Amino acid sequence: MITAIFAALFYVATLVLAGGLFYRIRLYLRTPAPLKIPTTPAPTTQSGVAFRLVREVVLFESLFKANKWIWIFGWIFHAALLLVLLRHLRYFTQPVWDWVALVQPFGIYAGFAMVAGLLGLWARRILVPRVRYISAPSDHLMLALLVAIGASGLGMKFVAHTDIVALKAFFLGLMRFELNPLPPDPLLLIHIGLVAALMIIFPFSKLLHGVGLFFSPTRNQVDNPRERRHLAPWAAKLESGAGQK
Amino acid sequence: MADAVNPEAAKPAMPAAAPPKAPTAGATAAAKPAAPKKDYSAYIIAKGQPVPSPTEIPQFKCGAMSDSKPFVAKSEHQTPLGFPGELVDNWQEKAVAKMGDLLGKYRSLQVYMDSCIKCGACTDKCHYFLGTGDPNNMPVARQDLFRKVYRRYFTTAGKWFPKLVGAEDFTEKVLDEWYTYFHQCSQCRRCSVYCPVGIDTAEVSMAAREIMDHVGKGQKYSNEIIGKVFKVGNNLGLPKKAIRSTLDGLEEEIKEETGLDVRLPLDEVGAEIMLVTPSADLFAEPHIQGLIGYAKVFHQAGISWTLSSHASEAANFGMFIGSYENMRNVSLRIREAALELKVKRLVFGECGHAWRVAYSFLNTLAGPFDFLDPRYPIPQHIVEFTVDQINKGNLRFDKSQNDKYRLTFHDSCNVARGSRMGDVEGGQFEFPRQILRATCNHFYDMAPETIKEATFCCGGGGGLLTDDLMDLRIKGAQPRMRAMQQVAQDHGVTHLAAICAICKAQFTKVMPAYGFKMDAILSVHQMVANAIVLDGSIQAKALDQKLAAPQIGNA
Ligand code: HEM
Ligand code: HEM
Ligand code: SF4
Ligand code: SF4
Repeated sequence: MITAIFAALFYVATLVLAGGLFYRIRLYLRTPAPLKIPTTPAPTTQSGVAFRLVREVVLFESLFKANKWIWIFGWIFHAALLLVLLRHLRYFTQPVWDWVALVQPFGIYAGFAMVAGLLGLWARRILVPRVRYISAPSDHLMLALLVAIGASGLGMKFVAHTDIVALKAFFLGLMRFELNPLPPDPLLLIHIGLVAALMIIFPFSKLLHGVGLFFSPTRNQVDNPRERRHLAPWAAKLESGAGQK
Repeated sequence: MADAVNPEAAKPAMPAAAPPKAPTAGATAAAKPAAPKKDYSAYIIAKGQPVPSPTEIPQFKCGAMSDSKPFVAKSEHQTPLGFPGELVDNWQEKAVAKMGDLLGKYRSLQVYMDSCIKCGACTDKCHYFLGTGDPNNMPVARQDLFRKVYRRYFTTAGKWFPKLVGAEDFTEKVLDEWYTYFHQCSQCRRCSVYCPVGIDTAEVSMAAREIMDHVGKGQKYSNEIIGKVFKVGNNLGLPKKAIRSTLDGLEEEIKEETGLDVRLPLDEVGAEIMLVTPSADLFAEPHIQGLIGYAKVFHQAGISWTLSSHASEAANFGMFIGSYENMRNVSLRIREAALELKVKRLVFGECGHAWRVAYSFLNTLAGPFDFLDPRYPIPQHIVEFTVDQINKGNLRFDKSQNDKYRLTFHDSCNVARGSRMGDVEGGQFEFPRQILRATCNHFYDMAPETIKEATFCCGGGGGLLTDDLMDLRIKGAQPRMRAMQQVAQDHGVTHLAAICAICKAQFTKVMPAYGFKMDAILSVHQMVANAIVLDGSIQAKALDQKLAAPQIGNA
């Protein structure tokens, strides 16, 4: 019964996540940016822009300029999240890829770092009046959700182990549309239940920021308006339609 | 004259030659009964007292600026721009529809509505927040006024769980908040520098104003000015005759000073260059001194040029109200004038947002400019032109002419964060400084966190340069003024140079509140005009004699 419920949950969550992301990305791709608005000084070449985006994604460059506390907590959280997720790949691949095996040992500490980063961000959200003012309940819930996922994961790692072999069989089975029993450990059910919730919320929430960054005209446009004419399709229509003024 | 860009104060029938004397700062304010008396005495820092940090974060003063609203446009200001004359009955429905329209037309708006992480990085970056302490002036809070409506009508979460995600119906109260706080954003883009996803609050402000215009709640100042541009050709409503007589006066003045016939041509077909400059340059101090500088540089470079009466305005307030159509129509005048006058090059005078529109948008809005000479940048900034002449060795300066000034430079937002000069990233910071160093012996930059890409707005940009917002303008200037107070104490700086008509007009008005004289603001090309030594001029002869004379008693 539990197995079936969670199987269904993960199919739904995966569909929502993939469908939602697809829909959003398609929307962003289809919406034109009619004017050149890079925040200058901006790169004057396409490769320069790619480098700017890499710096934003890897180093959080703008955030670093803005506020060192948010930067340090935020960067630790994201870097740790990445390691944790890479470590999790072992539940979904058979045999486990070599490089995933390589990052395993780091992943263990990353769990703590992730939660620590989140708690730091949460503390700011509560303690700094400016950040408290701009926070909606959903902003707190998002942090609570991630902390809960991290804590339940760490709980499995260090307190109440679960049957990883069976768990892996369950997920590998899902990928082949087979049902294998899911170990009914409470921590595990909490952990993956919350993960499914995260996946469902993702495309409807501010978690889209990772996607948004790549479509942000202030960051992804080349500074070359004098050299190249930039014209959106809807703006081009004004041109043919109008001999006005 | 601080109303240089303000039609209310500009009398078209103004006398020609000499720019009119400025009214005292108090005179115009006193004429407006609406503005309550405020006490700004704390802004003046006594000699020797420490200047508070320009970036100091204030305590919250909730609602401090909730009464600051500009005059609402009347129907005569709205209709010429294609907007309804007054708030329409079904405004809510119309506004939501317009929002949907803009979300589909501007990826910036769509992405920025979705992507804010509420990280707080921008919360202490806006000069209006730093100057007023009103939390709604934190960039993200300003965006949220828009975002809460977006979420309510355009997102799943906001339709189902409005409380949870901070979504709200578009009520009369919300519209009022919009009108209040989207007219407390000068669209300076300082917040966009620091946002980890690059959210530009200016884009949101522009969209909000476009929506308000479309339901009949426009801002009088900006819309009236755009109407003037369509009708007369410039923000001030100066007719061709008045422009010509001003130029005649300037020619006489320069002749008297230099002994040379330096020309300021108007509507001359076949000139090499058409200069498009803010109409304040034809009218107000210190702008007009800059115009004299441009004329002298063109003269010395030996290149023919002309102003146009049809495009006698570089400013384009269409950007401030977020109206692509109006911005385009204003821009098309420039194309028409360039074709009509058969010029080969296009040069823009000192104006911040005008340069952003020219540099970043003109090619889009009114291009392609395939009829101009492709060997030169299209368009070119007068500062680029002058730097090029300096680099070629065509200009000679006597820096000592500017020894009475100890200068600093104000990077205007739209030039700093919305455009470029030259071929290299950041040229917009180096070019004007190169000119100032070439023309002036005493130049000192303000604190690094207040200049270049981090520059603070003058407090009057983005369509806020109107007397009905004077309190906001004075408070919003605080970070910039503190940075200047610092260099005044540390280096004895007396004057601030700028390349923006709005900045210049704003500073003449607000500087007195911070203990500076209203004429402590200068044009960059004013420094050029003072120091340049034109070939064959009285100054050249005097200087040559001085250099040739044996150096007696100069040990
Ligand atoms: C390209 C990928 C991503 C980039 C560049 C990115 C960048 C950022 C940045 C710059 C911030 C603001 C600073 C901070 O609070 O840390 C942030 C916040 C946040 N990110 Fe990401 N992120 C990415 C992916 C993700 C993903 C996949 C998640 C999913 C779980 C996530 C969850 C969060 C959360 C919850 C916050 C808000 C923390 C708070 O409430 O203060 N991010 N992200
Ligand atoms: C369906 C997806 C997931 C499954 C099946 C899963 C399962 C597990 C299991 C079994 C553990 C215990 C590891 C051990 O005992 O060695 C664990 C730990 C952990 N999980 Fe997950 N997890 C999933 C998704 C996630 C996600 C999306 C996050 C983060 C947002 C996350 C964060 C953590 C953390 C921080 C730990 C503790 C540190 C570690 O062992 O890596 N998990 N997870
Ligand atoms: S654009 Fe400038 S004025 Fe507007 S919110 Fe950002 S920092 Fe403030
Ligand atoms: S810096 Fe950007 S993402 Fe962070 S709160 Fe401000 S607008 Fe939102």
